[in-house]
Amino acid sequence: MTGTIEGLGRFALRWLCALGHAAFFFADLLRFAPAALRRFGLVVTQVHAIGNRSLVIILASGLAVGFVLALQMYYALVTYGAAESLGLVVNLSLVRELGPVVTALLFAGRAGTSLTAEIGLMKAGEQLAAMELMAVDPRSRVLAPRFLAGIFSMPLLAVLFSAIGIIGAYVVAVLLIGIDAGNFWSIMQDRVDVWRDVGNGIVKSAVFGVICTFVALYQGYETQATPEGVAYATTRTVVIASLAVLGTDFVLTALMFSTA
Amino acid sequence: MRQSPPSTAPWPAVRRHPTRLSSDLLIEIDHVTFGYDLSRMILNDVSMAFRRGKVTAILGGSGCGKTTLLRLIGGVHPANQGRVVFDGELVDTRDKQQLYRLRRRLGMLFQFGALFTDLTVFENVAFPLREHSDLPEAMIRDIVLMKLNAVGLRGAAPLRISEVSGGMARRIALARAISLDPELIMYDEPFAGLDPISMGVTANLIRKLNDTTGATSLMVSHDVQECFAICDYAYLMAAGGRVVAHGKPDELNRSEIPEVRQFIRGEPDGPVRFHYPAPPLAEDLGVSA
Amino acid sequence: MNKKSIETLVGLFVLLGILGIVFLALKAANLGSFNTSGDSYTLNARFDNIGGLKVRAPVRSAGVVVGRVTSISLDPKTFQGVVSLQVDGRYHFPRDSAAKILTAGLLGDQYVGIEPGGDDKNFAPGDTVAQTQSAVVLENLIGQFLTGKAAEAADAPASGASK
Repeated sequence: MTGTIEGLGRFALRWLCALGHAAFFFADLLRFAPAALRRFGLVVTQVHAIGNRSLVIILASGLAVGFVLALQMYYALVTYGAAESLGLVVNLSLVRELGPVVTALLFAGRAGTSLTAEIGLMKAGEQLAAMELMAVDPRSRVLAPRFLAGIFSMPLLAVLFSAIGIIGAYVVAVLLIGIDAGNFWSIMQDRVDVWRDVGNGIVKSAVFGVICTFVALYQGYETQATPEGVAYATTRTVVIASLAVLGTDFVLTALMFSTA
Repeated sequence: MRQSPPSTAPWPAVRRHPTRLSSDLLIEIDHVTFGYDLSRMILNDVSMAFRRGKVTAILGGSGCGKTTLLRLIGGVHPANQGRVVFDGELVDTRDKQQLYRLRRRLGMLFQFGALFTDLTVFENVAFPLREHSDLPEAMIRDIVLMKLNAVGLRGAAPLRISEVSGGMARRIALARAISLDPELIMYDEPFAGLDPISMGVTANLIRKLNDTTGATSLMVSHDVQECFAICDYAYLMAAGGRVVAHGKPDELNRSEIPEVRQFIRGEPDGPVRFHYPAPPLAEDLGVSA
Repeated sequence: MNKKSIETLVGLFVLLGILGIVFLALKAANLGSFNTSGDSYTLNARFDNIGGLKVRAPVRSAGVVVGRVTSISLDPKTFQGVVSLQVDGRYHFPRDSAAKILTAGLLGDQYVGIEPGGDDKNFAPGDTVAQTQSAVVLENLIGQFLTGKAAEAADAPASGASK
């Protein structure tokens, strides 16, 4: 009996210790971010690796989600005679929720794991230690540029996801189902607010960008320098980042969209 | 402590201590005890001294703390007890400025090169120059090509790291380590896993570099033959992080100490036991004695 | 991949993102539909009950959007709702026009409808609309209906008329 309590206590203490360690790591990332901004070339290279390379999957997923949303929502709306509002419903779903959240989940899977693996393998190959012994702080040269690149790329990717989703919904709604194109756009334009809906969506995706990139970098930096260690770390990146994104989404939605 | 006037050259400024030039010891390890956690000490009361301009080898089996010693000299970890002195200055791991200064005076060659895999060979060697000096691109190019030429790999400059072999990688790492012409070059297992030709090339390079640049070289290795061929002095460490013997190569060859003899001659059994501790064989096989 | 091509691709990515934002803002949201920086003027209107009117609700006349509601507040002295309307400068209404809070569709959003009057002079910027009609509150409507029904039931035996 006492054994389990002891075990629980030790587990809780270790978890707290890891949380504190992670908090210090986050503070370090913030501290070295301005220095990384000054070496903009490094950030640009990372935006290419993180953002550009995610474009294909984000655009493809956005298009697919747009198609499917339009189809599914049509069947729900047409029973109430509100089929004309299809554009509005799809837009709000994408811009407020699906755009930021699904992009974040895809980002955690694609860019997050690649960041974790890269940093983990750099650590395993002693590259970070070599940099330190050359009097170059790896946090400033390797970690901070990737952090900034992730925060910068995420909102852009989320916006593109929503935009192409709406275009996909247009294709299905107007060209396939036959809803009036004018109504499709005008009802949407009438009811979707730039600052409240699109703006909040962008803020959400920026927050998710911080979360996903931070988790990915932390897992990579703390990984054990073995193949199993790296595999374990990439799994943890996806799991922790996804759960954190979903939890934060709940909180942010409550904050932003509670007062109707 | 007198300081030299600030340098106006784009070369990294190096402080010299004129009053200490008379000391011919670049590094002193003074009764150092160190362990990553308190339950297991990796180094136990180790004392060593490395003379300027000489090649010193640190020999020993795996797990006796040789690589950890290099990390302590580089200021990566603080010693639990004892002091590490670099050119008269006590190495304090909490003083970031001092560490920054010291690390610009040393170059380290890691066991597998530790090259930056996302950069080309040229970029790797140029890395320290770009980070620590304001030299114009043309000059950096010349210096990088000269360093690569010194290790015989000038033609490999445009290659990516994934395209070079293990032996080449180590030579490139050596070129990178000497980019800033350091006073101290540390080699972590420079001969491990190399074919005889590469071993000969590496040994030759280490000795030549040391003699032509006047640097101090520190080799951590377990290859006795190659080390003795090029080093001026050697320390032998044993499991548990203790120094067992030290001296010039021919002194160690003639030594009667059991650990030294077993290591130098490569005898399978001696002070370092062949068998991992276990109950008697008869007991394990269930046969009565 | 050399530096120039990386920078170009990243630039393309950023450009694509900006285009996406512009698309969302203009085609998919209400930024393009009403230009608040254009020529416009403010009118005030007081209502006993604004119902479900919200800021940024449209102001329509004859069904055409002519402006937006910019602020809603309560007058602490008269306890009336004070609504500020920003009206497009192209449209001017007679001074005896009425402002009513109407509902779009059966259960839709509420908006301010301006019914033009016949006065020669138009509203000056900053004027207060004198004639207003508050929003229909469902409970009051039901209450009226019930009392109306009760009154008829009381009258019915006397006059014999029923609706």
